[in-house]
Amino acid sequence: MSKNEQHWEKTRGLLFVTLAIWFVFSIGIFLFGAEMNEVGGPFGYPLTYWFTCQGSLGIFVILIFWFAGRQEKIDEEFGFSESEDS
Amino acid sequence: MIKGKFIDNLPRVYGIYTGGFIGFIILMAIGEQMGMTAKAIGIAFVCFTIFIYALIGWLSRTAQADAYYVAGRQVPTVFNGMATAADWMSGASFVAMAGGIYFKGYGYMALLVGWTGGYVLVATLLAPYLRKFGCYTVPDFIGTRYGGNLTRFLAVVVLTVASFTYVTAQINATGTIASVALDIPFQYAVYVGLVSILLCSMLGGMRGVTWTQVAQYIVLIIAYLLPVFWISNEIGAGFFPHFMLADEVARIGELEQQFGFVKNSAADLANVPKGLAGITKAHSAVNATPWAFISLALAMMMGTASLPHVMMRYFTTPSVKAARKSVGWSLFFIFLLYSSAPMLATLSKLSLIDPSLPTGIIGKSIAEVQAIDWYQNWNQANLMFVSDFNGNGTLELNEFFMGGKAVVLATPEIAGLPYVISGLVAAGGMAAAMSTADGLILAIANAISHDVYYKIIDPKAETAKRLTVARVLLVVIGFAGATIAAMEIQGILGSVIWAFDFAMSGLFFPLVLGVWWKRANREGAIAGMALGLISGMGYLIWVRNGGSGFLGITQLTFGIFGSAVSLVAMVVVSLMTSAPNAATQKMVDNVRVPAGKSVI
Repeated sequence: MSKNEQHWEKTRGLLFVTLAIWFVFSIGIFLFGAEMNEVGGPFGYPLTYWFTCQGSLGIFVILIFWFAGRQEKIDEEFGFSESEDS
Repeated sequence: MIKGKFIDNLPRVYGIYTGGFIGFIILMAIGEQMGMTAKAIGIAFVCFTIFIYALIGWLSRTAQADAYYVAGRQVPTVFNGMATAADWMSGASFVAMAGGIYFKGYGYMALLVGWTGGYVLVATLLAPYLRKFGCYTVPDFIGTRYGGNLTRFLAVVVLTVASFTYVTAQINATGTIASVALDIPFQYAVYVGLVSILLCSMLGGMRGVTWTQVAQYIVLIIAYLLPVFWISNEIGAGFFPHFMLADEVARIGELEQQFGFVKNSAADLANVPKGLAGITKAHSAVNATPWAFISLALAMMMGTASLPHVMMRYFTTPSVKAARKSVGWSLFFIFLLYSSAPMLATLSKLSLIDPSLPTGIIGKSIAEVQAIDWYQNWNQANLMFVSDFNGNGTLELNEFFMGGKAVVLATPEIAGLPYVISGLVAAGGMAAAMSTADGLILAIANAISHDVYYKIIDPKAETAKRLTVARVLLVVIGFAGATIAAMEIQGILGSVIWAFDFAMSGLFFPLVLGVWWKRANREGAIAGMALGLISGMGYLIWVRNGGSGFLGITQLTFGIFGSAVSLVAMVVVSLMTSAPNAATQKMVDNVRVPAGKSVI
């Protein structure tokens, strides 16, 4: 049982990190939308505008792949990965 | 078509398909040069693509429950990503999104963030665990995790309310496109759309839908990206618009300053045809309060994670690991279209309002604009309108009105692209609406046939009988949706957003807590689903009937209220009643570990 608990604790840790990053780019930055838009962003777009068009969206894509890789490592560490099972 | 062999050959099969489709586009382009009429091209595009989808649907026919409900659980990650993207991006994403951005700017772009950010929740909170669970439908998870027929039934109710709201909008969209492309009345076109939708899903269920959705994704993404790149080059804005439109965005800002947003009087606006709007908001400036933006994004994100037709796509992957990766691929394929929508809105707006461009109409004389070919076409289609409110004979920014759909549908023509592109766009819109409608109708029919009929009414039913019931339901639900769509009650976008709010009100917390909170029990889930849906719906009705609302929650974000009630109800009731039994606790432990047999 304790192996399961440790695995779950690590999984939950990864969840919190992932959701924290998600929160920043889906909600956090838009609290300061007006201020941030005064700043120039990548490719010369206003910064907030860029985040709504490409930035946040792209970060979510990368975040999910990163999360999938990390979770896979955690599963392997505890021998819970499917490849070791079947 | 041998199954194993088919799966191994997927890249080749779809490679040939893509090549064939590009060949077809070139053929049509040559046809246009040789004098093929615009109407003939439109009909050829729509009929040819629907024929291909129907063929795939027929080839995928099956008599096995596993193949019918979850495509045999062998859909590779990348292909499932494409299928999910097509499942996800509806007629609204394809036809209406760029228009929304065009008119409302920043405030509307909360939808872009919301409809993508939701996938982070899907990947982390739900998809891998529900895949491990091994269920056929979303209510299957709720019913087994919490136990009892009532939980299962309530989940089916929430699913049906949300998905049905959504599907009428999609059938409406297929009808709109079919009626324009095939030049038949909308009331009949709706049924043409419906039959095309059913051809893909009836024989093969999830398997048929999966392989047609991949094919539909390829059509819709080519149909969306090709015009964006082409227009950008045509007006000299840069060969890769996504990285090169900063000057154009800034230029629109300058023009807005120069023209100013003049407010029209109510009397003037009364002359404007219904559904058309003028540009009244800044293009790239922040024009919404933080809460308005964030609440809409949040509602869409939680709704994404609760919509069953998306979730069930991840039941089709070969493993838990594949389910996680597949969410990433889904979002990547969605990103390709969503990141292009603001670029299309920018190009469209600039080519219309910049007087220094040959296509610009603002500042020209009204008579001159009214003589332009494309203006006459789209004016006739009720998507464009000009009127000389101030009587100076010149078209001002506040005197030009357009329908939201026109941004996607008319911009190619305005920028002077050949008609073959417009035909392609019609085929893309049709693909987007059909693929989403298929996913939704299948989600409802599967939930009712599997969870209500098989699990509750007749648990001893044989596979053949179960699949017959599933197929009959598919047709019945499709026709019910089409009948309501033919009545044309709401616009496409409004009902889509409601579907998200309904889904999150009733399902978000029962699903998430089912995995992440062992203490959640049957009574809690019942309270969460019932009170969540009822309070969300109540709030919507209240606001629709003149209620003032609170905390800035509008009829577009009522799910925030519904899901909050659902969370509180679920936690309080769960804690007040006894903890789930040992078997259930063990089931949850099992779900949390990828290795081993599935739970069901």
